[in-house]
Amino acid sequence: MQLPPALHARLAAGPGTAEPLPVARDPAAEAAPFRFAARPVRFPREHEFFEDGDVQRHLYLQDVLLQVADVPEKPRVPAFTCQVAGCCQVFDALDDYEHHYHTLHGNVCSFCKRAFPSGHLLDAHILEWHDSLFQILSERQDMYQCLVEGCTEKFKTSRDRKDHMVRMHLYPVDFRFDKPKKSRSPASPGAGTQASADVQGNSGERSEGDAMEICTEPAVASPAPVGERRTYSHRIPSTVCFGQGATRGFKSSKKKTKQC
Amino acid sequence: MWSRRQGRLRPVVCGVEELRRRGREREAVLRKARREQQLVSKRLLRDDAPEEAGEGCVSAILGETEVQQLLRQAQRGTEEKRERALVSLRRGLQHPETQQTFIRLEGSMRTLVGLLTSNQALLQLEAARCLHELSHSEQSTVAEACLPATSYLLTYLSSHSSDFIELCLYTLGNLIVESEAVRRQLLPQGIVPALAACIQSPHVAVLEALGFALSQLLQAKEAPETIIPSILASTLPQHMLQLLQPGPKLNPGVAVEFAWCLHYIICSQVSNSLLIAHGALSTLGLLLLDLAEAVQRSEDAGLELLACPVLRCVSNLLTEAEVETVGGQMQLRDERVVAALFILLQFFFQKQPSLLPEGLWLLNNLTANSPSFCTSLLSLDLIEPLLQLLPLSNVVSVMVLTVLCNVAEKGPAYCQRLWPGPLLPALLQTLFFSDTEVVGQSLELLHLLFLYQPEAVQVFLQQSGLQALERHQEEAQLQDRVYALQQAALQG
Repeated sequence: MQLPPALHARLAAGPGTAEPLPVARDPAAEAAPFRFAARPVRFPREHEFFEDGDVQRHLYLQDVLLQVADVPEKPRVPAFTCQVAGCCQVFDALDDYEHHYHTLHGNVCSFCKRAFPSGHLLDAHILEWHDSLFQILSERQDMYQCLVEGCTEKFKTSRDRKDHMVRMHLYPVDFRFDKPKKSRSPASPGAGTQASADVQGNSGERSEGDAMEICTEPAVASPAPVGERRTYSHRIPSTVCFGQGATRGFKSSKKKTKQC
Repeated sequence: MWSRRQGRLRPVVCGVEELRRRGREREAVLRKARREQQLVSKRLLRDDAPEEAGEGCVSAILGETEVQQLLRQAQRGTEEKRERALVSLRRGLQHPETQQTFIRLEGSMRTLVGLLTSNQALLQLEAARCLHELSHSEQSTVAEACLPATSYLLTYLSSHSSDFIELCLYTLGNLIVESEAVRRQLLPQGIVPALAACIQSPHVAVLEALGFALSQLLQAKEAPETIIPSILASTLPQHMLQLLQPGPKLNPGVAVEFAWCLHYIICSQVSNSLLIAHGALSTLGLLLLDLAEAVQRSEDAGLELLACPVLRCVSNLLTEAEVETVGGQMQLRDERVVAALFILLQFFFQKQPSLLPEGLWLLNNLTANSPSFCTSLLSLDLIEPLLQLLPLSNVVSVMVLTVLCNVAEKGPAYCQRLWPGPLLPALLQTLFFSDTEVVGQSLELLHLLFLYQPEAVQVFLQQSGLQALERHQEEAQLQDRVYALQQAALQG
């Protein structure tokens, strides 16, 4: 298929609309038995006209198989240590560090050290667990916001909110980022499990030391009053190391940690 | 611009003939699937090169005891030991048998989800990879066993680790196509708002994965009723169009995914006026110019993957009534689009002839109601290249003739530029074709030519036009028109 050479020049030149030649239709043009009528055509989704292109698309999807050999190597850097106080994890690739930082230190509550996947969930947690003003306000109005992105519903109690999330959003009943606060009850069933996850000594073996435990009981750690440092943590990441007089990081009474 | 994509294709591990045979087989399977409206594909993100899996850790099928053991090991011990247990599990899960074993074990998914939501980064990643292997399964029972994890996958879309988000997105993309039941869970769980938030990520890998997941969602049968309206109501359309803007930031892999997303939305005819209001026509028009320029620079590997959905989007959008009424830059009037389209037609002619009909479809929609674009065809000397496509196939012939009719029906000023010239000889040729539709369209064009350019009749007669017509006078579909033309020719 030969194209006129000037075509490429036209493409390179600026935008423009051709001045149309005069249109003058004769009614005989549409007279029977002739039936041509100029009109744009549309094809719906499943039309067979699209078969070839669709098959090409799916061949492409099925061919893509990422392999380490082909993907450019992760850039390696000289080994460095995580700078967060108390954390001595070592890295030699920035991607790994990024994931570590965001998972462990990124959205961490400065009061109870729970880590959250996103700022949104951290904010909700701090409000509901550590903000006494929230408690007061919630007696008079619906303050518990639905945790699903895009949903603006608010509820009187965390229980109501959970019901909403389960019923309307089909969330699991034990969604790990929506633990209801229990009032101080040292003898509550789950507390034992929680406490045993504490680090009494820094043994190499420890059970799941995470904010989101595997067992089904809801979290029962007593909430820390605002500003007070906890005397124990129910979750210490294994990457935190303790030395003499080591502290647990965030001392300030800032409401939340922001990433630098 | 496109060379990056080639690096990601699977390396050739068998002979070229074998590859071609497999390719043909796979294509046949896909065609059949499409005819049954069951065309779905999953994507697998796998970091182990086959050679690596061979050293040391052999990827073997795991039995029930082994799976249980690995899950136990993954829950306690040093982070390193736990990670290794998960890696072994993940490798085992590459086998369908291990997948079945896993999902039948009580508490296994629960444990995996627990690891997924732990805040130990490496364990999270390995747990997510295990989930990803499961999501890729062709067995519904395996993929549906992943449902308890979906709320977490969605939650993690607003986290900050791009690798992890990418993995979650591909996993979601695989689960989405599994069944309507899965989608009926994902929609109330807020997948659309989650994707709308995630699309603002600057990471190319995340965007490509998101485009994939979204395209899966949009391909669902129930999409026009239950999915597309909420997507149109979100900020996704604006972001999608932004990611399709030509320029230095345009990433081909990302653009391909979102172009397909747009195609699925547009051809569902839910609310295309909204897209036009967001400037879809001008963005896509500029993208077409960009693609033509890439062809000219010979940077065109894989370009048809992007050209195809873009052409479809523009063609379908041009049928919207708003296009006539909405003014200014929302319309498509730049004649460079015609130039670009022909450059793409030539590219298809050489590399991917099956896409010629789609390109010609756009040409029809551009020229049907536009005297300006018809004039461009004439002034840019594009009639002859168009005629060169006539012999290729019946479908192509009909479309070429239709475009020529679009030009001719605008009146004498247009027909005077069509003849004298190569058009009449070409038309006489097509009268020797056997396909009724091709011949029918030729008759329509002849009729217009005779009407607006009567001098052509003489030449038609001199070149044995009547005899050519006679061949078809018995054909039911063509008789009336053949007779009318014969009369016109004899009287003229």
